[in-house]
Formats: sequence, C-alpha cells, structure tokens
Amino acid sequence: MTPNLSALFYLISGILFILALRGLSSPETSRQGNYFGIAGMAIAIIVTFLSVGNYGMGLVYVLVFLIIGGSIGAFIAFRIPMTAMPELVAGFHSLVGLAAVFVAISAFLKPEAFNLGTIGNIKLASLIEMSLGAAIGAITFSGSIIAFLKLRGIMSGSPITFKGQHLINLLLGIAIFFLIYYLCISQSSNIFWSIVLISFFVGVLLIIPIGGADMPVVISMLNSYSGWAAAGIGFTLENTALIITGALVGSSGAILSYIMCKGMNRSFFNVILGGWGATDQGSSSQSKEQKPVKSGNADDAAFLMKNASSVIIVPGYGMAVAQAQHALREMVDSLKKNGVKVSYAIHPVAGRMPGHMNVLLAEANVPYDEVFELEEINNDFANCDVAYVIGANDVTNPVAKSDPQSPIYGMPVLDVEKSKSVLFVKRSLSPGYAGIDNDLFYRDNTLMLFADAKKMTEEIVKSL
Amino acid sequence: MEIDPFIFRLSIFILSIFVGYYVVWSVTPSLHTPLMSVTNAISSVIIVGAIIAALAGSSTEIFEISNIFGFFAIILAAINIFGGFLVTQRMLQMYKKKKK
Repeated sequence: MTPNLSALFYLISGILFILALRGLSSPETSRQGNYFGIAGMAIAIIVTFLSVGNYGMGLVYVLVFLIIGGSIGAFIAFRIPMTAMPELVAGFHSLVGLAAVFVAISAFLKPEAFNLGTIGNIKLASLIEMSLGAAIGAITFSGSIIAFLKLRGIMSGSPITFKGQHLINLLLGIAIFFLIYYLCISQSSNIFWSIVLISFFVGVLLIIPIGGADMPVVISMLNSYSGWAAAGIGFTLENTALIITGALVGSSGAILSYIMCKGMNRSFFNVILGGWGATDQGSSSQSKEQKPVKSGNADDAAFLMKNASSVIIVPGYGMAVAQAQHALREMVDSLKKNGVKVSYAIHPVAGRMPGHMNVLLAEANVPYDEVFELEEINNDFANCDVAYVIGANDVTNPVAKSDPQSPIYGMPVLDVEKSKSVLFVKRSLSPGYAGIDNDLFYRDNTLMLFADAKKMTEEIVKSL
Repeated sequence: MEIDPFIFRLSIFILSIFVGYYVVWSVTPSLHTPLMSVTNAISSVIIVGAIIAALAGSSTEIFEISNIFGFFAIILAAINIFGGFLVTQRMLQMYKKKKK
C-alpha cells in the first residue's frame, strides 16, 4: 500500500474516532458510537499490516501477541465488577503510557524502520517528539500505577507529603527538558534512558501527594496525559490517526479534569499540589460529640418514605463500597408501587471517577431518565418530602454555602437540607474525606441511620 | 520555500484539539465513565507504532531488542483495545430508558 493511500485510511480512522466520542452525547447513540470506534481501530491495524508489507514469520508472531493481549483484555472486560471501574481505567491508562514508552524506545533503537534517519543521526524534530512522547508516557505509566494502587486500596488513599516535594518535582521537570536538549545535541542513548527513568520517577512523585477523594481529577488528568503521549508518538511516526486520537483524548481528559475541579470549587493546581484531606481532625472532633443527633432505624425510614409523595436519592462513594446499588433499586421499586415519585441526584464528584454513580445505577437497572445532575435537580429538594443520602457526605454539607472558613466553602453542594426530612445512611458520625464535620447531621429534620448502606437499605425494603 | 510537512501535522493536531474540545463538551455527564474507557481504547491506536516496530527489518531481525519492545507494546495495546472497547460496550448496554 502506498504511503499516500495509507495516510488517507488513517485519516478515516481518525474521523471514526471523532464519531465515537460524538456518539456519547446521548445514551441512545452511544452504542453506535462505540462501533465507529471499533471500526476505526480495525482500519488502522489492517492498514498498518498492509503498508509494512513484511509477511514472514514476523506477521505470525504479531498476530499471536495481538491475540494474547486481546484475550487478556476481553477477559478483564467481562469479569470486572462495575464498582471497580476507576481502578480499571487507571490500570488501562498505565498500559497506554508504557506502550508509548516502548514504541519510543524502539524508534530510538531502530530509527531507520520509522524513516527517522539512522542511529546517532536521528532527525532533530523526531528526537524531540519521541523523547517527549517517552517522557509523558513514562509519567502516565508510573502515575497511573500509583493511582491504581490507591484506588484498589493496596496503598493508603491518604496523601504522602514531605518537605521540598514541589521543589524536587520542579527540578526533575527542568532536568527532563535539559536532558532532551542535550539528547538533541549528542544523540547519546544514555541520555535517552535517563529521560525515561527520571520520568517514571516524576510520575510517582506527582501522584503520591494527592488524596483519595481527589482521584476523579487524577484519573482525568492521567487520561489527558495518555493522549498527549500518544500524540507525541504520532508526530514521531508521522501518523495522522495517532495525532488526531492523541489530541482528542488529551482534550477530553483536560475537560474532565476541569469539570471535576469545578465540582469541588478548587483550582487544578491546588489539587495537583496535593496534601488536601490530611488536615488535622483534632480540633473539630472535640466539639462535635456534644451536639445532639437524632437517629432512627429501618422501620422509621420506611414509614417516612412510604408516606412521602416524592423522594430524592443522593448516592455517593459509600454506596459503591457497600455494593448497595441493587438493594437501592429494590427499595425504589417498592416505593414506586406505593405511588411515591423517586428521582436520583448525582453530584459531579460523587464516586472516584467522573460518571461513576451513573454507571452503578445503570448496572442496577435504574433508567437513566430518572437520574439527574446537580444543576437539573437542586431546586427540587425544596419541594421534596424525603432525601435519602446513601454513601455521600461532603457533597451534601451545607457548610459549603455558609462558612467561609471551611475548606469546602464555595463548592457546589446538593441542597439536601431543604427537603422536609433527610435520611442519612452512614456507619458513624466520622467526617468525610475533606476531614470536616457535616452540619447536616445535627439538623432537626435529619434522621441518621447508623448502618452499612446495603444492610440498611435491605432492611428498609423488608419493612416496606 | 516549501512548507515543512511537520506544519501540516501540527495543523491537524491543533484542529483536532478544537474538535475534541467541542465534541467532549457535548458528552452527557452520565456517560463520563464510558467516555474515559473509550478514549482509553482509542488512544491504544498506538499499536500502529508497535506493529511497525515489531516488524522492522528482515524476518531474521525480529528478536532484536527494538523489535521485542515492539512486541511487548503490541500486547499492552491489545489488552487496552479489547478491554477498553468491550468494557465500554458492557457499560453502554446497561443504560436503559424508563419502560412506558
């Protein structure tokens, strides 16, 4: 296949990828969009085979490796529980990052295969592109591994900070740019390896100071990085499909990070610099014991909701941890039989990744037109009889609206306290990730249900 | 003076960032998780580079170090392609409308 013809085909697969993302504008068109994506990928792979034109034993090996990887991927995709989506996505990001590093390494070792010149005499632009691709890929890889370990609970979710952390990151960042400069002058392979090594290190350092609740931002950010790494390699290989995809993924991740930061009313840099959520809890824990709290049991909750005319459910990360989404849907079903109008309210940063709650509810067969975003539903709390908060905490805290001293002041929150009564399912009065007390616990219209989210919901179903 | 092909690629890149910007803003928030898994799958089109790397040179060269890196990259990208698209498909299948 001539290079011109294959370039045109790569353009087609790039366009199919754009259509794949376009499909996600509504759930109806999304499945079709996914097929566009698959078609784009198939075209890119087939065209590459045809244009390489090396049909010896190598091709057999490539197919074998493709099938090995594909089977592993398919196995994971079918087995993974929906609650584990955040760590799955983090894990997948790390693979893209590492693949980018590997491709860059092999382009550096055998530049003639990619038309980049010869060893020791690689084109200047290609050197810059491949070292950038390798550096971003390496950061994506090690950063995603840390994110994965934190989300999986293998590593503690609390931020790891030490003195001079930001200075070290800054110096290492500058070092990478200097090394790229020297690489261009000397073409030395030692410098290339140093760039890759330092970048792995930077990835780890970048993610360890970021706390568990900020994971939605981290995952989106790493998503964006994996895109920029792909684009860097795309420039090296002069491949349009890779350049288009890299740009799409890069901007997609950046937009998601922005949306997540806005959902927490924090600047991107504030999140990245990390250390949040490690605030001392000593001062706040003293005063909170004295305040009276009303607590109830499943029967009280069932009685309240059965006699309500409208109920809004506010799910959060705790629902995912307790795997309570199926029990929750059963509860809603019996409420609906009693003629109660039920809807769901989702905060942008509920869960550990963008859209996490929506997927879990969809898994439990909740129709997506009963699920609403913050802006769509926030005014409805004033007219609703019962708000059922399950596994959410900071995103319902009215302090964000009233107390300028609070670390979450200004964060958009769900106006749960405006409903006639609030049922708050929680295991204890402990503060949420932000490390601050929730004012909602002590309100007159709040009834605390101290239990595991799933158990409590199941008990309510029984007494309905 | 002739225009460097790099400039054309840069133009494609920058225009694609704009396309991405507008397309992603139109994605409904309830599909943000599938958006992440599908972007993850499509960024594995890096497999194109991996295949070129693995097949570089004559067939006696396929066990050279640079080719081996290519083969490893093929496995990694393939996990992502199949895993990414399939898990996206699995998720999207679950989104249902209210039965009337």
